Amino acid sequence: MQIEQTGISSKSLPLKIRDLTVAYHRKPVIWDIDLSIPEGKLVSIVGPNGAGKSTLIKACLDLIPRSSGEVSIYGQSYKKARKRVGYVPQRESVDWDFPVSALDVVAMGTYGKLGWFRRVSKRSKALAMEALERVGLADYAHRQISQLSGGQQQRTFLARALVQDADIYFMDEPFAAVDAATERAIVELLKELQKRGKTVLVVHHDLATVTQYFDWTVLLNMRVVAAGPTDEVFTQENLRRTYGGKLTLFTQAANEVVQSR
Amino acid sequence: MEWYSIDTWIVVIGALAAGACALLGNFLVLRKMSMMGDAISHAVLPGLAIAFLVTGARASLSMFIGAAIVGVLTAVFTQWISRFGKVDEGASMGIVFTTLFALGLLLIVQGADHVDLDPSCVLYGAIELTPLDVVWRPTLYGYFLEVPRSALVLAGVILFNAVFVVAFFKELRISSFDAELATAMGINSNLMHYLLMTLVAVTTVACFEAVGSIIVIAMLIVPAATAHLLTDRLWLMVVLSVLIAMGSAVLGHLSALIVPAWFGFADTSTSGMMAVMAGLIFSTVMLFAPKYGVLPRLVRKTKAVR
Repeated sequence: MQIEQTGISSKSLPLKIRDLTVAYHRKPVIWDIDLSIPEGKLVSIVGPNGAGKSTLIKACLDLIPRSSGEVSIYGQSYKKARKRVGYVPQRESVDWDFPVSALDVVAMGTYGKLGWFRRVSKRSKALAMEALERVGLADYAHRQISQLSGGQQQRTFLARALVQDADIYFMDEPFAAVDAATERAIVELLKELQKRGKTVLVVHHDLATVTQYFDWTVLLNMRVVAAGPTDEVFTQENLRRTYGGKLTLFTQAANEVVQSR
Repeated sequence: MEWYSIDTWIVVIGALAAGACALLGNFLVLRKMSMMGDAISHAVLPGLAIAFLVTGARASLSMFIGAAIVGVLTAVFTQWISRFGKVDEGASMGIVFTTLFALGLLLIVQGADHVDLDPSCVLYGAIELTPLDVVWRPTLYGYFLEVPRSALVLAGVILFNAVFVVAFFKELRISSFDAELATAMGINSNLMHYLLMTLVAVTTVACFEAVGSIIVIAMLIVPAATAHLLTDRLWLMVVLSVLIAMGSAVLGHLSALIVPAWFGFADTSTSGMMAVMAGLIFSTVMLFAPKYGVLPRLVRKTKAVR
C-alpha cells in the first residue's frame, strides 16, 4: 500500500543529514554528521554535555550557520519544509516573567502558518485551548506563565508544539527537571504523536529511560558514534565510545544499562 | 502659577515624545536590551553631525536618515564585536556607543565655527523654546491654534510607532519571547531586531531637538518597566506604558513650574522634571503594585507564614 502513494514526501525521509559540520570560533562542535531518520520513529539523541546535541538540532532548523553539509527534511530544504517542522526549545531559553498567559504561549504555535500582519484569530485560540486540554493544563490557560511549575511550563511548550501541527518534531530536553506526572504526560504524548505517524527527535539525558521510551537512538559526541534501533545501538560498548574517558559517567551509564535490561 | 498657551504646547510636545519612546521601550525592556536605547540615543550623534556637515543645513530629513543609519550600525557593530571579538554584549555595546558618541562630539566641535548645532542642546533639549517655532495656524471652532513644528513631527512619529506596534504585534511578541522559535517558524527575529533599532534611532532623533536625550533614555525604559509591574498582558503593558509616559510629561511640566517656587527658586528644566516624575511613578509602583509590588508581596508572605 505504501508503494502506491506518490509524491516526494512519502518517499523521502523525514530527516536526512549529509556531511554536516558546525563550528564556533573555528572550533568544530559537531563534525561530519551523516544521519538518516526513518518515518514514524521516536528518536533519542544521547551524549555527554558539550557533545553538540542542541547544536545538531539548531543546525537542522537553520538557526545557526553550518560550516558544511546538507540537511533535508522530507527531501526539501528547511526553508521549504518549515511548516512541517515543530520545535520545542529548552525551557531555560525564554524569560518566564514575560507578560503572556499559558494560552498566549500555546497560540504562538499557530503564528508560523498565520503569516505576517494577520491577527491571532479565534480559531488559533481554540486550537491552543484544545492543546492545553490535551496536556492537562486547561485550568491554567489564563495564568501568567511564571505562575506555572517547571513541569507545567514544559507541558505548555509541548502544547505549543502540538498546535504547530507538524510532521517532524525537534525537542530539546523536554524531560529536564520535570516532575513524575509531567514525565508521564510527555511520554504519553510522544506515543500518541508516533501513533499518528509523526517523527520525533528528543535530546535526552536520562540514560535509564532510553530503552523504555525510544525505539531509535542516536549516540552523539561531536560525531555520530552510533545510530539505529535502540535495541541494537544502545550497548555498553557504544556508550563507552560515546562517553569516552569520562570514567565516572561511563560507569554510571553502564550501570544504568544493566539496570534497564 | 500662570498658565499660557505655550505651557499647553510644552506639555503636548513632551507627552508626544514620551509616548513615542514608551511604545518602543516595551520591547527593549522585554528583550532585556534596555541599554540599547541609551546606546543608540548617544551613538546617533555622528550621524546627525555628518548629515549636517554634508548638507550644511539642519534639514530634518537628511538628519533623520543619517541618524537612522548610524543607529542601525550601532546595533550591527554591537553584535559583531560580541560575536567575533568574544566580548560580552554589554561591554561591546559600551565600546560602540562611547566611541561613536565621542566621534560625534568631535565632529560637532570641529564644525562648530560655521554650524549651529549645540551639543548641550542634544543632551538637554530645548522644550521650553519649541512652541515658538510655529508652522501651522489652523482655526478650529473659532479658536486660533499656533501649532509648533515639533508637535507635528512628534505626532507623526508617535502615530508611526503605534502603527508599527499594532501591525507587528504578533511578530514582536513571539520574537521578543522566543526568538529561536520565531525564526524557525519564518518570523525572522533578527529582522525584527533591526526594524526595532531603526525605529528607536529615528524616534530618538525626532525627540532630541524637542526634549533632549535624557528624557528619551528615561522614556524608553522607565514607563515600560513600570507597566510591566502592573500587568500580565502584553497589550495592556503597552497601553499603560504610554499612559504613564504621558502622565509623567504632564506632571513633569506642572512640577517644573510649581515645585521650585516652594523653595524660592524660579521654574526649572521641564525635560529634567519629566524624567524625575517617571522615576517617582516607577518607585511608587514598585512599592505598591498590587501583584508585584514590594509591600503587597511582603504582606502576602507574612499572611502565608501565619
